[in-house]
Amino acid sequence: MWERIREIIRKEFIQTLRNPRMRVLLFGPPLIQLLIFGYAVNMDVQNAKVVWIDLDHSPEARDLLAELQGSSYFNIEQIQPRNDIETLLDRGSTQCVIRVLPGFSRDIKRGNTALVQVLIDGSNSNTAAILSGYINQVVANYSARVLEDSRNAQIMGRTGGLGGVPAMPSSGIIGQNRVWFNPDLQSRDYFIPGVVVNIIALVTIMLTAMSIVREKEIGTMEQLMVTPIRPFELILGKLLPFAVIGIFEVALITTAAFLVFRVPLRGSLLVLLACSVVFLLTTLGVGLFISTVSHTQQQAMLSSFLFFMPAMMLSGFAFPIRNMPLVVQYLSYLDPLRYFMQIVRGVFLKGTGIQSLWPQIAEMAAVGFVIFSLSVFRFHKRLD
Amino acid sequence: MNFRRTRAMARKEFLHILRDPRSLIMALILPFLMILLFGYALTLDVDRIPTLIYDQSGTIESRTLIARFEGSRYFQILGSVDNYKTIEHSINKDQCMLGVVIPRDYSRQLLSGNKAEVQLILDGSDSNTASIASGYANALIQTHNFQIRSDAQNHKGGGNLRAPVESRTRIWYNSELKSRNYVVPGLIAFIMMIIASLLTSLTIAREWEIGAMEQLLSTPLRPAEIVLGKMAAFFSLGITDMIITVAAGVIIFRVPMRGSYVFLVVTSCIFLIGALCWGILLSASSRTQTIAFQLGMLTSFLPAFILSGFIFAIENMPAPIQVITYFFPTRYFMTIVKSIFLRGVGIQVLGLEVLLLVAYASLVFFVATRRLRLKVA
Repeated sequence: MWERIREIIRKEFIQTLRNPRMRVLLFGPPLIQLLIFGYAVNMDVQNAKVVWIDLDHSPEARDLLAELQGSSYFNIEQIQPRNDIETLLDRGSTQCVIRVLPGFSRDIKRGNTALVQVLIDGSNSNTAAILSGYINQVVANYSARVLEDSRNAQIMGRTGGLGGVPAMPSSGIIGQNRVWFNPDLQSRDYFIPGVVVNIIALVTIMLTAMSIVREKEIGTMEQLMVTPIRPFELILGKLLPFAVIGIFEVALITTAAFLVFRVPLRGSLLVLLACSVVFLLTTLGVGLFISTVSHTQQQAMLSSFLFFMPAMMLSGFAFPIRNMPLVVQYLSYLDPLRYFMQIVRGVFLKGTGIQSLWPQIAEMAAVGFVIFSLSVFRFHKRLD
Repeated sequence: MNFRRTRAMARKEFLHILRDPRSLIMALILPFLMILLFGYALTLDVDRIPTLIYDQSGTIESRTLIARFEGSRYFQILGSVDNYKTIEHSINKDQCMLGVVIPRDYSRQLLSGNKAEVQLILDGSDSNTASIASGYANALIQTHNFQIRSDAQNHKGGGNLRAPVESRTRIWYNSELKSRNYVVPGLIAFIMMIIASLLTSLTIAREWEIGAMEQLLSTPLRPAEIVLGKMAAFFSLGITDMIITVAAGVIIFRVPMRGSYVFLVVTSCIFLIGALCWGILLSASSRTQTIAFQLGMLTSFLPAFILSGFIFAIENMPAPIQVITYFFPTRYFMTIVKSIFLRGVGIQVLGLEVLLLVAYASLVFFVATRRLRLKVA
């Protein structure tokens, strides 16, 4: 039996790797995708275009501007007051307009609340939320400083400016952020491990489905069936090479992610590879299933695509599953990409090991087992 | 160019599509399912951040702060813990995203007028959620802080304390910052691009494969007539898709439509023509369905998803990638659709984008017809 399986594996390897176009297709697009994704996929807000309009022309307004300029998040352009702020935002030539209204410094001096008008383009809700948070933070800091200064001035005034009295200590509650795993909050570190998952899934599903359907199309499947090879051996022999190629791609893309994008790999590579094997069980199963429901390579491709797209969207790759409606969240439990996404991100960024990841691994294995046995069953029936 | 021949060609294409239920379903039902599923599922809103609280202080002061976290819709308090280990475990398991640690000396420091630090432990692995969550948490603490100071001042009889400076933030176009308003118009452009280019590239490649194209070319039909006739059929499918997805967006998802429907339809038509011609060009150049599909994926799906500003803002990309985005028409169409929906602007603002779409469509039409002519020769 093993001899027969070995022969099919050999045949499959030769068939897949002999075709020069296939060789390119196996390793070219994944790397290109990794590069484009890696550089383009980015949710960080940096150098946001901010227009600054100062209608007050006071030292206080300039202080606030300096405070904003001190932050790397904004790229501030000062413009003369004008009436058509709307067109600035309409054209999308700026993401935010900050206006200091006349009377700003007067209000501060009198102890009233001075207002700064902030207009943010909310059409990209994500950028807007982050930007608004940053600006409020800067303004609040500035406000706290002004309050502090005025109190100190009062105390100094009362004591006749004698140097003996210490400035009033700054008081109040301060939130001290400690960001784990990704202290600079770089979105690249979050997305690239996800890209690895997507690429592996797409390549292995399509490859499996297409190669089996091709044999059907050109009629060699019938030939294989008249040989003494049993269906089980055929499946094993067909899938093992793709599993090997899949593992190879995991290694290739992980290395590229590590070398090109410097994504930290904090966990164990061994855990990653072991989980990849379980994950490949699911994708190869899906590929096999698709091959049983399609007659032509075109159908196989379309079906792979139709499986892959929702699977990717619901995997938590770009959109957090936590936010989805409950029904969709339940649906996402069927998505093998979901588990692998969590595992890969955990291993890369958090350095988690089996002890924390075992629920995901178990669930993924269960889903994989179901998909796999279902498709093997269907495949069997087709062959009989 | 002969109108009668073009019409006959279009009729043939219509019959093709109508007779093939699979592609008809794909072209009409799939977009609807996609916008339904993705419109509901894809949100970037950050609320109900799973939060654990570690209150070392256990005083009235710390409890008022916790109550404030509990009262906020942005945080969902999972419970309180009594050590760091539990927070660490649950962050590792992706069960919580934020740990709020109130130190032992919190109320002492606060009451004696010193700095009281509250530690916020954030799971940075999801950088986007973490930075928004951190903004919310800090804003909450500041509000609380201000409240305490103000109360203290009142207590002393010093009158109300006012913040010296306050920002009044107004979010335009999407005042509630709903990510759905941002994602759904993008989805419309995304779905149209995929359906248009994939469907055409596949169908025409099939004609090459089964040899029907040679037959067509041996008829008096000119290349431009073939392209136009093919396009007419897919064009009506594409426009139907657009109507379906826009209706779903406006009726089901209640995305505000502030601009003009006429302008939306006109620009969609221009975009569709470009996308369809691109599909024809792909299939004419590749001749096999496999390659046509793969090229279609590479040149329509990926750019429409990543390089169009659908989710990932183009301004944040490195300069070379930004240059690449200019080569894909989805970028312009994405801007147009989002601007019409949310900003309600028209041709006076979007003129350049429309012009580029027209240029793209005519260029690709020209190249596609030429390509067909070459194949004939």
